[in-house]
This record gives sequence, structure tokens and C-alpha cells, in this order.
Amino acid sequence: MSPFDPLPLAASASNLLAAREQMAFTLGFHIVLSCLGVALPATILVANYIGLKKGDEAAMELAKRWSKAMALTFAVGAVTGTVLSFEFGLLWPGFMDRFAAAFGVAFAIEGIFFFLEAIFLAIYIYGWKRLSGWAHFWSGVPMVITGIGGAFSVVAANSWMNQPQGFTLDAAGKVVDVEPLRVLINPATGYEVPHMILAAYMVVGFLVASIYAVGMLKGRRDRLHRLGLLIPLTIGLIATPIQLFVGDTAARAVADHQPAKFAGMECIQEGGGHQTEWVGGICTSDGVKAGIGIPDLDSFLVGFGADTHVTGLNEIPNDERPPANTFLHLSFDAMVGIGTALLLLGVWTAVVWWKRRDIPRTPWFLRIVAVSGVASILALWAGWIVTEVGRQPWIVQGYMRTSEAVTEAKGIWFTFGLVLLLYAALGTTAVLVLRAMSRRWREQGVEAVQSPYAPRTTEAAR
Amino acid sequence: MSKADAAAAILWVGATFYALFGGADFGGGFWDLIAGGPERGERPRALIQRSLTPVWEANHVWLIFVLVVLWTAFPPAFSAIFTTLYVPIALAALGIVLRGAGFAFRKSIVGLQGRRAMGATFAISSVLTPFFMGTVVGAIAAGNVPAQGNGDAFSTWLQPLPLLIGAMFVATGAYLAAVFLVGDARRAGDEEMERYFARRALGAAVIAGAFATAGLIALHAEALYVFDRLTSQGLPLVILSLVCGAVLLAVLLRGARRPLRPLAAGAVIAVIWGWGVAQFPYLLPTSLRIDQAAAPDPTMTIIFIVFAVAAVLVLPSLALLYTLAQRDLLESEH
Repeated sequence: MSPFDPLPLAASASNLLAAREQMAFTLGFHIVLSCLGVALPATILVANYIGLKKGDEAAMELAKRWSKAMALTFAVGAVTGTVLSFEFGLLWPGFMDRFAAAFGVAFAIEGIFFFLEAIFLAIYIYGWKRLSGWAHFWSGVPMVITGIGGAFSVVAANSWMNQPQGFTLDAAGKVVDVEPLRVLINPATGYEVPHMILAAYMVVGFLVASIYAVGMLKGRRDRLHRLGLLIPLTIGLIATPIQLFVGDTAARAVADHQPAKFAGMECIQEGGGHQTEWVGGICTSDGVKAGIGIPDLDSFLVGFGADTHVTGLNEIPNDERPPANTFLHLSFDAMVGIGTALLLLGVWTAVVWWKRRDIPRTPWFLRIVAVSGVASILALWAGWIVTEVGRQPWIVQGYMRTSEAVTEAKGIWFTFGLVLLLYAALGTTAVLVLRAMSRRWREQGVEAVQSPYAPRTTEAAR
Repeated sequence: MSKADAAAAILWVGATFYALFGGADFGGGFWDLIAGGPERGERPRALIQRSLTPVWEANHVWLIFVLVVLWTAFPPAFSAIFTTLYVPIALAALGIVLRGAGFAFRKSIVGLQGRRAMGATFAISSVLTPFFMGTVVGAIAAGNVPAQGNGDAFSTWLQPLPLLIGAMFVATGAYLAAVFLVGDARRAGDEEMERYFARRALGAAVIAGAFATAGLIALHAEALYVFDRLTSQGLPLVILSLVCGAVLLAVLLRGARRPLRPLAAGAVIAVIWGWGVAQFPYLLPTSLRIDQAAAPDPTMTIIFIVFAVAAVLVLPSLALLYTLAQRDLLESEH
């Protein structure tokens, strides 16, 4: 046993657990930043467009501030994303060795999108002063497209792990032929990719809106705060109903494609028709305890009929059942619950807006928006827990177990501990720096901040 | 040329870009580190920050490009390298996080204390990261990575050759950065900084050359296959690199300022391709050949398409970014 391996577990089992925890933690950290990379550009460009088109200084100021915040979050996201690509090799060499030839094509394509996003992000972020208004705006548009393209590629790789296809194995299990299009467009791509892109828009919409809701609760009711709340909130609220539709489709597809995952997340012990839909509760081998049960609803949701057969864990071989069923189930419920609550928030906002062109007056509206950002991040994490933990014990569904993929390298618990400390420092510093930036902007005041674009005359005079 | 060889060439192209641009960014951090106290180091640090800010993230993507091409086109090589050299690789990853975060945070912090802490984080990790990357390359060249992976975690890279290559990476980055910064200072009309970095370019060139010579001796001792090919098939490239380096030294000593960049880049490119030629046909000398590690043909085809798209879309975009940055149309100060 190595000095780095303090737990009295068999080395491989210990490594597997440590590697899974480290991967989950670093992915969970990065995914929030990638949401910002995917959806913040569009949010900024909406404000930028309003600013340019209507000469709205508050909107312009918002676009400028958000792009400065994005400069920071994108930098942190670029390095935490790099960590993930290192971890593919450091934690899961068995997976890469056998299957990278197949799913790697998705990452090769992602490379292009990431490249273009980094380039145009730099041009946009640092082009505020010296580029002319509309040229600058258009330099930002590629960020939106490449953000979506990048999300497509990465999530296509993940959906391939859920629904692997498009490759041929020889007798030794080596990939000998690849059909790249079938790798990219696998049965899970159609729902996983839009589910994640919409999630990114929801996280960014509600997160940015929540910051301005807090400001408004503190009595800052200027136009800047109003727009800072309305622009992102509208984006989040538009994405929400579409997301619920996509998510519902995804759940049905999972029931069909990955019945073990579905049985785990819905706590279905005995397969059959007339399945109860359980909200909350603890999963036990005799069914759900302490949850709220709605008879027949689960069968109905899966196949639009109360007698639809839903696979139960009893129909899944023992060693192919997902672990931690209560955790899975509660994660799934948390995601759906938060999504539904955000939908109701949207209905409320829309009705009030339709009646009197304003947001609801009660402070409870702002309080709810203020927590919606954190709530949407929790829903994001919960969704990834369902996807990833629900696929266990497989890393490539039906083809390779996670235990076969993990590294034999020593010291994963040690690196995991180090990563925890490092990311805690990284996250704390990022939040502190962003708060300090926001305080600086506030103290300077909107008026004190010079117009974002320098007069062209000074340019010409240089 | 087989499809696998072409994919290996693409891998080398990516590595070349990363060495030139990512390497120069690391070098900028090196000069930042040894620029002295807050007052003495203020001007060089400001110039370094102005030069790096708009471009470092785009430059960093070449590393992702190299990793992705390596694992997609040559999966067994990727996993053999990562299961053997995981210690320096993990340390390089740590350095990448600290460097990127330190640099981004430093710009956004106002207070001197915080700026110094972030600046130190950025600068120190700018030296450690290329060093550990160099040890990885050195260990591969030395033939210390077994094809089936899981080589010894320490003895594979704690050897003279890998450590020398690590030092050479740091020195080469510093050399490239100094040369690039001479040009940036010149454009900014800052003659003092121009001289400042010209002196440092000269020093770094001599030190990088010394490490390269020591590396060659270690190569002879530890990696005879690579040494033999480097001094036969690879000899023209070695000579080209020497000529570029010598002319650059002469130009600097005469006090002239051009052509610095093409010469510095030429010297580095020649070394990287000399290494490639010397390793051929092995990815991991002498245990894994390019064709043995190659992914199936359709995967290679995707790599070619991606490379073609990169050439058509990414390179012009990068050129646009560099042009805007060089013409001072992008400003780094908020």
C-alpha cells in the first residue's frame, strides 16, 4: 500500500471510488463555468444590442460589466476544462485506451469550437474601447454559435457513453472500425444535447437575474438593476418550458434505452404495469418509504397508459444495478421539482407583465428570483448525478465497466484531497474577485463610467 | 505517407504551435517572475501583461488540440503516457490551473497585496508547468514509456535527459517570450524595454543553447535510437536550428531588431521537427510505432477534416486576433 492510500480498501476499489469522486467534483465545478461559457455570450449580446439599437446606456453598461465578469469566468473555465481532459488520461486510461478512437471524434470537433470561442471571446472582451459599436457586436456573435457547438460536441460524447454505437470491436475488444456520424448522432444525442444547452441558458439566466434581484432587495431600483434583472430572467423563463418538454422526452427515452437507470431514479423495485410515481422518499428493497405516491402515474408518464410496463430493478442483474438509489431518486426529484417551480415563476411573471407591463410588486418575487440562480445550479448538478450515477456500474453502457476503466496509479485519494483544496481556493477567489469588481462598478456609478466606445476621432488622430 | 503518419504530422503541427505560442506565454511568466520588486518590475510586467492578456487563452487551446488528437488518433500511446508519467502530468495540470487563474485574477484585483499574491502564483507556475511538460517529452524521447503503460511513476522521468529537456522548455519559452516582447516594446515606442528584453533574449538564447547541448549529450547516453536518427536523418533540421540561433545572436549583438521573430521561431520549429524525425516511426521509442497505435481509418479521416477546418477557420481567426492585438485595437486594462 502506498503512503498516499490511507483507506483500508482493496487498492482497485479504493482507486475507483477516489477517481469517481474526483471526476464528479471537478466536473461539477467546471459544468457551472461551462454554462457561463455557453449562454453568457448571448445574454451579453442581447444587452449590447439593446444598448446599440436604442442608445440605452444602462443596457450598454450591463453588457460591458458582464463581459468583464465573463473574462474571468472563461479563464477559470478554460483551466478547469483542461483539468478534465487531463483526467481522462490520469483517471480513466482504460476507457481512453479502448474507446477514444470512437468517441474521440466528438472531442476533435469540440476542439475547433473551443478554439474559435476563445479567439472571438478575446476579441469581444478586449475590443470594447477600440472597435466600432456594430463591428464589436458582430465580433461577439461567433461566441454564441461556438458555445452551442462546443456543448453539442461534448454532450454528444457523453450521450455516446449512454447509448454507444457506431463502432466495431474485434475479438480482443479493440475498436477496429468507426462510423463517426453514428457516434455523434447516437440515440441519446437528440435529448441530452438540447437538455444541456437549455440548462446552460437557464443557469445563466437565473444566476445573473438573481444577482440583480439581490441588489433590488437592497433598495437599488435604478434602470440598470431593472434591466439587469429583466434581460437574463426573460432568457431563463423562455428556456424553462422548452426544457420541461425536452426533459420529459428524455425521461421517457431513458426508460426505453437505459431501463436500469430509470428504475434506479424512480425507485421501481418490481417491474410491471400500474407503477406508482413516487415523489421524494427513501428507496428500499420493499419499495419507497416516506414518499408521496401517485398511483399509476409513472406508467402513464412512460407510455401514456396506466398499464404500461416499466422495468423494475428485479429484472436487472444484480451486478448491473445502479448504486445509491435514494440519492439518485432524490436528485431526479430535485431537478424536476426545481424545473417545475421555475416554470411557475415564469407563469406568474408573464401574467403580471401582461396585465401591467411590470414585474410583480411583492418583495417575494425578488426573493424567489434571488434564490433561482442557486436553485438552477442545484438542478443542473442533480441532472448530471442522475445521468452519471444512474449509468453506473458502466462507463460505456453495456460495453465497459467503470472499474475496468480506472487507473492503477497510486495516490488518487491524495490528488482528490489536493483538488478539493485547490478548487475551494479557486472558487472562493473567483467569487471574491467578482464581488469586488461589482462593488467597484457601483462606487464609480453608471454616470462616472465613460462611454464604452472611445470616440473614433481620437483613433483617427493617433 | 499513411493515414497514421499524416495524423502524427498533425499532432506535431499542433505541438509546434503550442510550443511557439504557449511556450512564449510561459516565458512571459518567467520574465514576470524575475522582474524584481513592484517598482523595478512594474514596466516589464505591464508590457508582459499587455502582450499576454488577449492571446493566452487562444494559445492555450493548442494544448487541448494536441491532447485530443493524441487520444483520438493514437489511444494506446495516450494511455501509456498517462499511466506512466502521471506525476509530472498531474503537476503540469496543477501548474496550468494556477497559472491561468493567477493571471486572470491579478488583472481584476486592485489591491497591491492581492495582486502580488496572484502575480507570484502566475509567475511561479509559468516556470513549473513547462518544466514538467518538458520532463514528459524527455521521458518519451528517452524511451522510458512502455507501450503497455504503467511504467514506474518516478524513475521514468527523474533522469538526466527528461530533467534537461524540462529545463530546456523553460529556457526556450523565456527566449521566445523575450524576442516577442522586444517587438512589442518597439511597437509601443518604449526603447528602454526594447533593450531590456533584447538583453534577456540574448541571455536566454545562450542558456537554451547550453541546455540543448547538454540534452544532446544525455540523448547519446539515454536514447541512442533517437540520437542516431537526430544526427543522421534529422541532421539538416539540427543544423537549421543552429544557424537560426547563431544568426539571431549575431543580430542581437549588432543591436539590430529584425528579423528576430522568424529566426527565433525557426530555431524552435527545427528542433521540434528534428525530434519528430528522430523518433520516426515510433510514437514511444522504441516500443510503440505510429501504425501500431493508430485508430481506425474513419477516425483518422475525421482528424483530417477537423484539421482542414482548423486551417480554414481557426488560423485566419487567430491571425485576426493577433493582428488586432498587434495594432493595439484590443486593450487589456479594464
